[in-house]
Amino acid sequence: MKTIYLDNNATTQVAPEVLEASLPYVHDLYGNPSSAHSFGGQVSRRMKEARERVAALLGATPEEIIFTSCGTESDNTAIMSALATERGKRHVVTSRVEHPAIKSLCEHLSNQDYLVTEIPVDGEGNLDMERYEKSLTPDTAIVSLMWANNETGVLFPVEKAAEMAKERSILFHTDAVQAVGKIPVDMKKNTIDMLSLSGHKLHAPKGIGVLYVRQGTKFSPFLIGGHQEKGRRGGTENTAGIIALGKACELAAINMEIENTRVKQIRDKLENEICSKIPNSKINGNPLNRLPNTTNISFEFVEGEAILLMMDELGICASSGSACTSGSLQPSHVLRAMGVPFTMSHGSIRFSLSIYNTQEEIDFVIEKMPPIIEKLRNMSPYWKTGEQVRMSL
Amino acid sequence: MWEYTDKVKEHFLNPRNVGEVEDANAVAEVGSMACGDALKLTFKVDENGKITDAKFQTFGCASAIASASALTEMLKGKTIEEAEKITNQDIADYLGGLPKEKMHCSVLGREALEEAIANYKGEPRKEQEGNIVCECFGVTDLEIERAVMENNLATVEDVTNYTKAGGGCESCHEKIQEIISRVRDEAKPVTPPKLSNIQKIKMIEETIEREIRPSLKHDGGDIELIDVIGNRVLLATRGTCAICKASQQTLKNFVETKLRELVWPDLVVEEVVQ
Repeated sequence: MKTIYLDNNATTQVAPEVLEASLPYVHDLYGNPSSAHSFGGQVSRRMKEARERVAALLGATPEEIIFTSCGTESDNTAIMSALATERGKRHVVTSRVEHPAIKSLCEHLSNQDYLVTEIPVDGEGNLDMERYEKSLTPDTAIVSLMWANNETGVLFPVEKAAEMAKERSILFHTDAVQAVGKIPVDMKKNTIDMLSLSGHKLHAPKGIGVLYVRQGTKFSPFLIGGHQEKGRRGGTENTAGIIALGKACELAAINMEIENTRVKQIRDKLENEICSKIPNSKINGNPLNRLPNTTNISFEFVEGEAILLMMDELGICASSGSACTSGSLQPSHVLRAMGVPFTMSHGSIRFSLSIYNTQEEIDFVIEKMPPIIEKLRNMSPYWKTGEQVRMSL
Repeated sequence: MWEYTDKVKEHFLNPRNVGEVEDANAVAEVGSMACGDALKLTFKVDENGKITDAKFQTFGCASAIASASALTEMLKGKTIEEAEKITNQDIADYLGGLPKEKMHCSVLGREALEEAIANYKGEPRKEQEGNIVCECFGVTDLEIERAVMENNLATVEDVTNYTKAGGGCESCHEKIQEIISRVRDEAKPVTPPKLSNIQKIKMIEETIEREIRPSLKHDGGDIELIDVIGNRVLLATRGTCAICKASQQTLKNFVETKLRELVWPDLVVEEVVQ
């Protein structure tokens, strides 16, 4: 059975060019870039090149790039660094819809005498900018807002939010894990102090991330050890991962246009056709301000895990914000923050595309979704032959 | 992704008895959309008290659908008296087991069954009994007590897996822990009168022979009682038990538990090589 992979916000396939570029550094060229000999030195040179490529995609300078192990490490490093350098300040501002890498960390901090303000979002997932502005105080050490939401793809106006923080001399971090590679990011044109990205979301392997730290930003390392990354992140470098990420960033810059034309086009087709063919379905998130590759659709009166398993039988991979999928008992915190009703949130499916998806794959999914939803609705006590029965909800 | 048994998957993909029995004389609706799963169970009981047809409608995940499908299959042909004895564990067993986080799906089935039987007998729909402990999922202290007792639950996490209680805002965890402690304390056997050493050895031998050996023999294993010193029960493993890596666990989890339950609560099993 062919796999139709529409779960690219979870992780992506490693691009063939990326694999090819990095493989020699897994076996033959295994030298330590810190070594004095030229066997290690040649790896160091390729790492420098990779750093330049990552910097180029972000409009940054190579010195502003710190390689980490993943997006979560980058996020943790940014927040903990701000709390260490902004001594005495005990307030953190974030949003209600952040990824667990930020959300759980903030919950942890709020148990340690830090005050955390979570800015709400509206029904379409847009950030409440008025509440945001009011939340900034002289005690605020850092703001952390995601650039693009992993579940809905909704974009936050982080550049504007960063300016508002800058005016008040507050550090600003963005979790741009879902944004980098999908939409243009140019750090020369904004005042964001720190930015996180993750390799495996843009066709590099898992285990490599980046924290961008703007030149002149006070920094306190999270992993303390050797002199790697100029003492800002100890630990022998993941050389193959770094070289892979360099290549992936180079490709992302080239493919950015495809991402925003062809990928967006087949995403639009997917959601339009599904919503027109299946009654009581609805797109979650502001349709006009989203990543080009993501759509989050709710199917009323059915449950997401059941939908996913039926899709799985056909080789279609996606994800769901339903409670049962995650192992928690409540549906996605993102959909709850948006006020999506239970009838809708339990049956939400996220499709996230990449440049490797084809028109044929999308057509196949469009053909298969209506009978899956129909089969489950026919089993549901809340649904009767095409019209919903509103029993005790 | 959940590790479902083939039987769960099969019942999910090809559910039996979907729909409503038209001339049903037992009907129940349990769960709610807010909680993430709901089940409507209908069945028909004939004049001899036998269930002739049973159907279900479920809103929920794969294991909720499979549990309801399994329940309807189990009900058909049973008398009301037999149906009354079906527990949530029976539903899970019928499916070859459920992931522990999904046990609440089998509990939902049992709740529907009880309500449907009450409906058949013409008993008034039970008012919510007990006090709500978990506000998020509307679970009462009585429901939690029952789940702890029937399934021998030991932790708050267990209770959440079986009843959903505590799975939302988590503010009721302390209360759930109190209920567990109370129920488990009450469930402890009353201390038996003091045994003489001879009585103790005799009872251990009898228990091994009657309760333990048949299970071990089933897998080609055996144990031999070597000695009893105070509360230390010295055993040697025989047959496949002697070469089985899990024999330590069998001794502790199965043999020791049985001996403590049936002979003396302070017994400690030790393996000796002889």
